[in-house]
Amino acid sequence: MRVNIEVNGVNYSEEIEPRLLLVHFIRDQIGLTGTHWGCDTSNCGTCVLWLDDLPVKSCTVLTAMADGHRVRTVEDLEQGGELDPVQKGFMQEHGLQCGFCTPGMLMTARALLDRNPNPSDLEIREAISGQICRCTGYENIVRAIRWAAANSSSNGALDVAEVAQ
Amino acid sequence: MQVPAPVEYERALSVDDAIERLTRLGPEARLVAGGHSLLPMMKLRLARPECLIDINGLADLSFIRRDGNVLRIGAMTRHSELLASQVISEVAKIIPDAEAVIADPIVRNRGTVGGSMCQADPAEDLSAVFAALDAMVEIRGPRGTRVVSVNGFHTGPYSTVVEPDEILTEVSFVTQKNLGSAYEKVERRVGDWAIAAAGAVIALQDGKIQRVGIGLAAVGAPDFRASRAEAYLLGKDATPDLFDEAARMASAECNPNSDQRGPSAYKRHLVEVLTRRALDGALSNSKGKAN
Ligand SMILES: Cc1cc2nc3c(=O)[nH]c(=O)nc-3n(C[C@H](O)[C@H](O)[C@H](O)COP(=O)(O)OP(=O)(O)OC[C@H]3O[C@@H](n4cnc5c(N)ncnc54)[C@H](O)[C@@H]3O)c2cc1C
Ligand code: FES
Ligand code: FES
Repeated sequence: MRVNIEVNGVNYSEEIEPRLLLVHFIRDQIGLTGTHWGCDTSNCGTCVLWLDDLPVKSCTVLTAMADGHRVRTVEDLEQGGELDPVQKGFMQEHGLQCGFCTPGMLMTARALLDRNPNPSDLEIREAISGQICRCTGYENIVRAIRWAAANSSSNGALDVAEVAQ
Repeated sequence: MQVPAPVEYERALSVDDAIERLTRLGPEARLVAGGHSLLPMMKLRLARPECLIDINGLADLSFIRRDGNVLRIGAMTRHSELLASQVISEVAKIIPDAEAVIADPIVRNRGTVGGSMCQADPAEDLSAVFAALDAMVEIRGPRGTRVVSVNGFHTGPYSTVVEPDEILTEVSFVTQKNLGSAYEKVERRVGDWAIAAAGAVIALQDGKIQRVGIGLAAVGAPDFRASRAEAYLLGKDATPDLFDEAARMASAECNPNSDQRGPSAYKRHLVEVLTRRALDGALSNSKGKAN
């Protein structure tokens, strides 16, 4: 079957098998490998991306179900060469080690802050509770998201060079 | 890599269209709502439908509506929408109590009320919630529309009275001003299915228990409820001793299996403790509303 899916603002018109999972379409068919694929069982959350502005586990959504809809992946967080505050927060607060869980964490964090710009630690923990990090530990991830909340001004926060210093 | 077996895919354009497609394609076709139970089962080949009929486009099945003293919830309402609803938390705290511990926030963005009821997993939290609320279920099919009680809705694990050519469209329950409710669940880790869970719904009239419902999940209770404990409570004064005895009865009348989530004796113990807590929670929620 043919699907038309807008991914990060670009329309993709692709031939697919109806059984193709969205995570495999995104990674293997259109080559956006920022979205990771882990447990296969909707438990780990590394495959989280947005379907029409809501974070979903893309290992448990059929590509066919996204036909005619919008998808946003981690590749779209950076805008005009400027990292999103959540990305800067993960750099600043050491929110990742191996980086395997990070794309899902970032997409969930961005969705949380869009709805609740100043979440409590409890709200942050609740938001990422469907996602597993096996190496960094959640403490730094919570700090990273808190950093992003504190440093999200209307015109973006620090630029990448400042953060790297 | 776990992927579903080859399958056809169609989209339903309306409820009638969904029924037509189900009728035309026969029992090898399945509706897909959130897909968060069906797709995992297809990956494991526990389900092998030949065709999926996607009902995500049926916006008219996505609603939370007050209709006099009846609260109506459309089948495509997502877990996250139930959890966020102001109306729901006012009339039936048992729903947000349960929703806050069903899966995780991302899964709750997809999973639906209709999918939960039709999946009919023995640990499905909403089945216990709607049992406690004495809910009614609206089902539409080629033979028309019928409304059935949640009592008798489940015909066994993973099976319900909804026929292969039918679609669940709505779950509803009667509300009242002083209706108090609460839900208590113990799971192995955040986001997991219940080891055991209990929900309670209570309303008092002149100090006596005038309405009561006790729902149990994951412990083999017929119709997901503790009907003997409910009958025992009805019409009596809501005292601590009474609740203790009702909790003991609920623990005795359920029928938990020993499995990887725990031995049956432990689950029975949980049912007693959780039923007691849920009754207390429901009573104080009800008293808060009476003032
Ligand atoms: C990681 C994870 C953890 C979970 N934890 C919990 C938990 O703790 N507690 C809990 O209660 N649930 C839990 N769930 C289940 C979750 O609530 C599911 O979303 C829900 O059971 C199914 O809803 P769905 O819309 O995804 O249904 P689907 O998967 O789309 O459908 C399930 C079944 O119902 C049928 N169906 C769907 N809608 C209709 C309809 N309107 N009419 C007729 N038939 C229909 C389908 O054909 C299918 O047979 C969990 C799920 C996951 C993935
Ligand atoms: S790969 Fe989707 S949740 Fe783990
Ligand atoms: S950074 Fe390695 S799993 Fe989270």
